[in-house]
Amino acid sequence: MNGLFAAITLQDFLTSLVGGFARSMKIDTETTATIAFFLAALIHASLLLGLFAGLPVFYIWLERKVAGRIQDRLGPTRVGGSFGWLQTIADGIKLIQKEDLVPEDADSLIFRMSPYLATIASFAAFMVLPIADGWVAVSAECGAFLILALMSLEVLGIILAGYSSGSKWALFGAMREAAQMVSYEIPMAICALIPLLIAGSLNFQVIGRMQSGWFWNWFIFHDPFAFLAFFCYFTVATASVKRAPFDLAEAESELVAGFHTEYSGFRWSIFFLAEYSSMFAVSAVAALLFLGGSNVGLFGIDELLGHLRGAGTGALGIEGFSVGTYLANLIGAGVLIAKGCLLVFVQIWVRWTLPRLRIDQVMTTCLKYLVPISCFLFLMAVLWPLVLASTIRRPTFSGQPMGDKSVQHIAVPAVRVASKSEGVAR
Amino acid sequence: MGGVGLGPYLMVGAVLFVCGVVCMATKRNAIGVLMGVELVLNGANVNFAAFSRYTSLGLDGQTTALFVIVLAAAEAAVALAIALNFYNNHLTIDVDSGNELHG
Amino acid sequence: MTDELLFWVFSILVCGGAIAVVATQNVVRMAFWLVVSLGSVAALFFLLHADFLGAAQLLIYVGGTVVLLVFGVMLTASGPYVQIRTSPAEMIFGATVGGGLFFVLFSSIGWVDWVSLSARLPATPAIPAASDYAQESRAGQQVTVAGSSSPAAELDAQQQQGRTIRQLGLGFLGLRPDRNLKEGGTRGLAPGYLLPFEIISIHLLVVLIGASYLARAKRRVDRNESRGLG
Repeated sequence: MNGLFAAITLQDFLTSLVGGFARSMKIDTETTATIAFFLAALIHASLLLGLFAGLPVFYIWLERKVAGRIQDRLGPTRVGGSFGWLQTIADGIKLIQKEDLVPEDADSLIFRMSPYLATIASFAAFMVLPIADGWVAVSAECGAFLILALMSLEVLGIILAGYSSGSKWALFGAMREAAQMVSYEIPMAICALIPLLIAGSLNFQVIGRMQSGWFWNWFIFHDPFAFLAFFCYFTVATASVKRAPFDLAEAESELVAGFHTEYSGFRWSIFFLAEYSSMFAVSAVAALLFLGGSNVGLFGIDELLGHLRGAGTGALGIEGFSVGTYLANLIGAGVLIAKGCLLVFVQIWVRWTLPRLRIDQVMTTCLKYLVPISCFLFLMAVLWPLVLASTIRRPTFSGQPMGDKSVQHIAVPAVRVASKSEGVAR
Repeated sequence: MGGVGLGPYLMVGAVLFVCGVVCMATKRNAIGVLMGVELVLNGANVNFAAFSRYTSLGLDGQTTALFVIVLAAAEAAVALAIALNFYNNHLTIDVDSGNELHG
Repeated sequence: MTDELLFWVFSILVCGGAIAVVATQNVVRMAFWLVVSLGSVAALFFLLHADFLGAAQLLIYVGGTVVLLVFGVMLTASGPYVQIRTSPAEMIFGATVGGGLFFVLFSSIGWVDWVSLSARLPATPAIPAASDYAQESRAGQQVTVAGSSSPAAELDAQQQQGRTIRQLGLGFLGLRPDRNLKEGGTRGLAPGYLLPFEIISIHLLVVLIGASYLARAKRRVDRNESRGLG
């Protein structure tokens, strides 16, 4: 696990911390390593839980305020001052103290477990998201693929919730919802593939690093097809987290409340926690893939932050910890969360502006419009370097080949893979 | 750093395989039989991945496991289509009622 | 010891989930326990340094095949009071057959001496420590094991860390940089998986078209009509 520190991971730091204590208690090194591993995992999970549970509190307040303003009213103004800051906390307290109902016709094991299935799927996506350039819980080489896989598990929570409720409204909502979420995974994967093509790696840290510098390094400006792919991806992501105008699952005017009709109190709030966190997760993925991740991209701030990294190493007496890198990572984390919140704000804004689509319109949009559009964009994004190479004799405008920084380090023995990138780079 | 070794992973694969076979043999719901097929294929995948890690099989084991996953998904789709046709014709999903060709 | 602890936790989930799939009579609960079992198999794949395989298992099996099975359950539901139960005689017979099969597999795993067999295979190179990996991600460069100059050893070290995706991708394109046919010889690299990859792509397309044609909406046969045919 790559941790918060510059050259040592959280696990190594805890090993050295716990090691002295363990030696006095005569615990051997293997057990110490195990204890340090689980402690590091616990700390990572708690930090991510803070992010996972804290952001929806802000988003629910934001949604009510934005909804109010769009509808020419004020929104919550009473709880916690004149802006209603603590309205979400008040709602949470109300929901927790409600009666825990399980309907008689419901399959009680699955009825109880499905909110947690949806939450696990939503929370697990946070473990591969790099909050800053050095801050990631699991730096998986196939990070983008892992996020797509984990976000696709939410469908199961929805279907099982609807089916186990024992009510026909819940069942209809669950079937529609499952069809929608499963169908929208296809254009989501294809649109997410386009910046991955440009980067040449599935690792989010490598993708983030490739977009450092000025903002025209961001993948959204790399070629016109990546630009269009961002909007396509954002639409598809909005549909995949079942936000309006694709929110038939919660269509109050049609289905009472869709798959969560029979859920009340704490279980309902778990579903909404999962939904708002998924909104942030897909927005953070869009920011990482298209909008430069945790890089600022303006006025050379990234260069300044680059100089800051590595400064003050060993300052606080902890070996390998650099204060400068910590500050740079803190600023990067703030930038990424700000970009994610901006995209979530756009999602909330769209919800209260556009009318809801019918289920056949949703499926038509996906299968007849968005899938061909994303396939076309993918094809053009693949052909773009070829077109550039034959006209201006370089694969990209800047002269650096696609994904060059990650391709340089393939160790290919004996047989040399002849490619344009090798010719340019070496 | 070696991990648990090859034997325990093969045991897990064996348990999955046996559970899948028993599921295929005893369940009367056609979808239940399909779940047994999935368990069998997963047992085989665990074996492939374990041999890939602990012997010199290398990436061949993981590639084979990937092919198995893809083919299993395709086969589940066809089997489900057959099960739906069966349900439409017999109005029940009980495989014991598919006895029109016997005797 | 971390590996062993995690292995035992996930293997208990796998085996418990599989046994619960067999033991439950309600088909939706079977789907739920199947999700538990297959998700834990994905975790076992991550423990076996097969990251891409684990992610593919989650995406395709848990997020696709089980959803398909649950859809099938919902479309073929027979009402809440009709239970399709297996008779006790069949259960005992099935358990006996299963027990016999498990005994065969268990004894064959126990009799083969895996340790000596693995020892006779070519040795794997040293695995870099976790701190090397942290340095690599900071410097943006590839990890090289100290003292190892062979690229094959470097690729193997990458496999040990679970970073198999580039090698898998090259393998599907037909290149196997980690497998020379003759060490230092002129025959080149082992053949890759390009042909099976293309065959499977076409196979998937054909199968899915066929499945959606088979499962198209048809006139539902009336019960009297079906009895007349049989």
